[in-house]
Amino acid sequence: MSGFLAGLCVAALPLLAAGFWLGRRTARPESQGGLGTPVEHATFQTLHTASLAAPPLREGLTGETARRSARTLRSLLGTDALCLADDHDVLVWDGAGSHHRAEVRERLAGPLETGRGEAFRLDCDAPDCPVRWAVVAPLTVDDRVRGALVACAPRESAVLLRAAGEVARWVSVQLELADLDQSRTRLIEAEIKVLRAQISPHFIFNSLAVIASFVRTDPERARELLLEFADFTRYSFRRHGEFTTLADELHAIDHYLALVRARFGDRLSVTLQIAPEVLPVALPFLCLQPLVENAVKHGLEGKADTCRIQITAQDAGAEALVVIEDDGAGMDPALLRRILAGEVSPSGGIGLSNVDDRLRQVYGDDHGLVIETAVGAGMKITARLPKYQPGVHSAGRLTGT
Amino acid sequence: MNSGYAVPAVALVVVATVLVGAFGLRISRTTSDFYVASRTVGPRLNAAAISGEYLSAASFLGIAGLVLVQGPDMLWYPVGYTAGYLVLLLFVAAPLRRSGAYTLPDFAEARLASQAVRRLAGAFVVGVGWLYLLPQLQGAGLTLTVLTGAPGMLGAVIVAVVVVATVAAGGMRSITFVQAFQYWLKLTALLVPALFLVLAWQGDGAPTHAFEEPPAFRHQRSVRFDSTLDLMLDRPLTVTVSGTVDGRPLEGTRLALPAGVHRIERGTRLTFAEGSTVPAADRGGQAGMSTSLAAGREERPLYATYGLILATFLGTMGLPHVVVRFYTSPHGVAARRTTVAVLVLVGAFYLLPPVYGALGRLYAPELTLTGDADAAVLLLPERLIGGLGGELLGALVAGGAFAAFLSTASGLTMAVAGVLTQDVLPARGVPHFRLGTVLAMAVPLAASVLVGGLPVADAVGLAFAVSASSFCPLLVLGIWWRRLTPPGAAAGMLVGGGSAFVAVTATMAGFPGTGGPPHALLAWPALWSVPLGFLTMVLVSLATPGRVPAGTAAVLARFHLPEELRTEELRPEARA
Repeated sequence: MSGFLAGLCVAALPLLAAGFWLGRRTARPESQGGLGTPVEHATFQTLHTASLAAPPLREGLTGETARRSARTLRSLLGTDALCLADDHDVLVWDGAGSHHRAEVRERLAGPLETGRGEAFRLDCDAPDCPVRWAVVAPLTVDDRVRGALVACAPRESAVLLRAAGEVARWVSVQLELADLDQSRTRLIEAEIKVLRAQISPHFIFNSLAVIASFVRTDPERARELLLEFADFTRYSFRRHGEFTTLADELHAIDHYLALVRARFGDRLSVTLQIAPEVLPVALPFLCLQPLVENAVKHGLEGKADTCRIQITAQDAGAEALVVIEDDGAGMDPALLRRILAGEVSPSGGIGLSNVDDRLRQVYGDDHGLVIETAVGAGMKITARLPKYQPGVHSAGRLTGT
Repeated sequence: MNSGYAVPAVALVVVATVLVGAFGLRISRTTSDFYVASRTVGPRLNAAAISGEYLSAASFLGIAGLVLVQGPDMLWYPVGYTAGYLVLLLFVAAPLRRSGAYTLPDFAEARLASQAVRRLAGAFVVGVGWLYLLPQLQGAGLTLTVLTGAPGMLGAVIVAVVVVATVAAGGMRSITFVQAFQYWLKLTALLVPALFLVLAWQGDGAPTHAFEEPPAFRHQRSVRFDSTLDLMLDRPLTVTVSGTVDGRPLEGTRLALPAGVHRIERGTRLTFAEGSTVPAADRGGQAGMSTSLAAGREERPLYATYGLILATFLGTMGLPHVVVRFYTSPHGVAARRTTVAVLVLVGAFYLLPPVYGALGRLYAPELTLTGDADAAVLLLPERLIGGLGGELLGALVAGGAFAAFLSTASGLTMAVAGVLTQDVLPARGVPHFRLGTVLAMAVPLAASVLVGGLPVADAVGLAFAVSASSFCPLLVLGIWWRRLTPPGAAAGMLVGGGSAFVAVTATMAGFPGTGGPPHALLAWPALWSVPLGFLTMVLVSLATPGRVPAGTAAVLARFHLPEELRTEELRPEARA
């Protein structure tokens, strides 16, 4: 019997946990005590409902986002039916009377053309159809009509006319914000392209010069270096895919280091410690190579003796931990902070702020670079790369053996 | 059993595990060995790691115990545990790898783009992980009790503490090497003693009679009962009793027991004569480690066997600690090769436990009475060979058993803690991962104290049943059916996995007693819960055609197309 009771307790634990979670999820702000007057209550309620509809709309106006936001918008307006349309078709019909869909679609052409709201009567044979009258409010982004919001009611209502206009204006603002998000993404994409282009001039010149110096004295070495150079440029100029694997990125770093070593010889000593488990991790293209380039630059800066660089990639559960460390000149933390904030245009750490921005863009703000440094104390850069992130897929197959 | 060698052997395994995990083969290299330093894990190494993580206490101790008690019928267990990888190979391995998912919740999100389904999958990962951890801890407790006579919970606590300490401290960094090492350790620990045991058995004239018929005592043997139980006799039996039988206190009396049920009180010592059949023990509600759920099988053997086959064949693909290891493969083809290698390695391993079970039926039949059948593997070397050699071999087996607990438990704890940290606890970060690790281990530890004895192999079977009813439909339909929708997947997992989970919990709580159709249905839920899960998933998906995720075609193309086809550029040619 005690075994039965004990088993029951164990069985009840997950149920309790699930109940707690559900309770927290479903708890609504209005249940948090009777705060304020009824009018203020209504305001809170409205603001809360609006905030629920905002996230889908911030992704732009598509069939999916329209479907996810339509119900909340309808409860905001309190109508029997609500319909969202883009500039050529009805995206979603929420509520009663969806047999008017085709009719509404025809009547939309006018408002979409002029950008002016309209209200019209709907013909209906069904005696119990609650949808007799519709008001169309256009959705405009940057003075262009992107779509329309249609609210339907049993009879004409001036209140609904006004409310639909206001809600449509609010939706338009959300869509404008979505546009802003998109242009921000495009900006970062452009930055990535700029970074790719930035590698070459400097590096190509130095590499070619160093290869030239070997052509007569050591033709075999020159040939090998040319091949390294070819491999590296092939990788950095490739145009497909935004993401690569850690293995491929490390190979590119290896080619890069081979060319740098040809220039600096014994002054550069690089140690690698790589856990094989993390080699398949997908990451933004060329986001570690600039860090190594930075380490080489800082390590050799104002120093006559050897510079040591350590590259570590560790397996840490659902993340890979990449650490790049040099024992060079280091940097003033205050200056570094300003470079990362974009206040100063950097002289040396050209890639750092860009890499940091891209990592934050792809993985979220808590996955930016962590940099430990001080003047004369070297620099240690840590990047945390999640093994899985929606939308992050490496193109192509690993080159590892 | 003499613990003079066993305890150092166990300690050695624990220390070796921690050391290989923390430092194993993480040698720093200079750039000249770059290709060595950045070599991806090959299929064979990865396969050894998967096998090492997979072969748990159920495999190491449980199967031998079940074969000892129930006979050759139980060979379906090793067959099922191995064949699960065949299903995994055919339907899941390569697409799963190509999906880029690290855990099962990742897969749910990658395929269905739904946070809700992701959270649900996370909840089931935690549930399956806890169900699977439970028998590992019980096995550890049993092993330590057999070796040293320590109280039952000590072994479980030791394993829990070692695993939580290493995982929380980030000591499992080179997990591939440590798990591969564990596989070879486990194989050695079973293979070497098995060779000696078979030699000893040959030297004994290779008797075979007990393989077919009910086990019998080959020599006069006296058995002490540590708990009260009912003996069921098919035919009259004469024993020498010192203690209490059927309420009569006796002291060294020869007693002829008629056929029927007899109550043996705690502390009684029975001496069986040579050649007498080992009677069946009935423990009522208080199941010991060896009263298998399979006891119910005798009424419905066909149903139970199919339930077992379905659960093990389809459950392997949903084991959280197995799935994460496939991420280490560099591409889909390597994932398939890895699975083939796992089939070979696991298949080789599973040849051994039945040998122990069969020899146990011959040489240690009284284990069926005292409820320690799972200890057969540990006791046989000493029983059959004896002397210093027997003790050393026993120590080797004990070390291997602890390797089994440690490797599976640490893999599971990492998987469960990862899900708890990522999807359940509020914010991310190292302190939260530590909290997740403690939580991942604390619940099964508490449960193992509360629930007490359930046969190790059966408890694992229940974890397989839940996994087969929830993750198998999600993975198979997710990979092969383009009309799967998030509501369908959620409903299928809830109905299939949820009903299996309820059945499992009821069985563990001892409801509704032993025997009878309801018990069989609840103890072997896979046969109805897996089709239920598939059916719900398909029907709800068909009912919600508008919810098919937008990028489904692209996602499925990525799952199924070889990686080479995704690159339009040529790979670098071989270097001269």
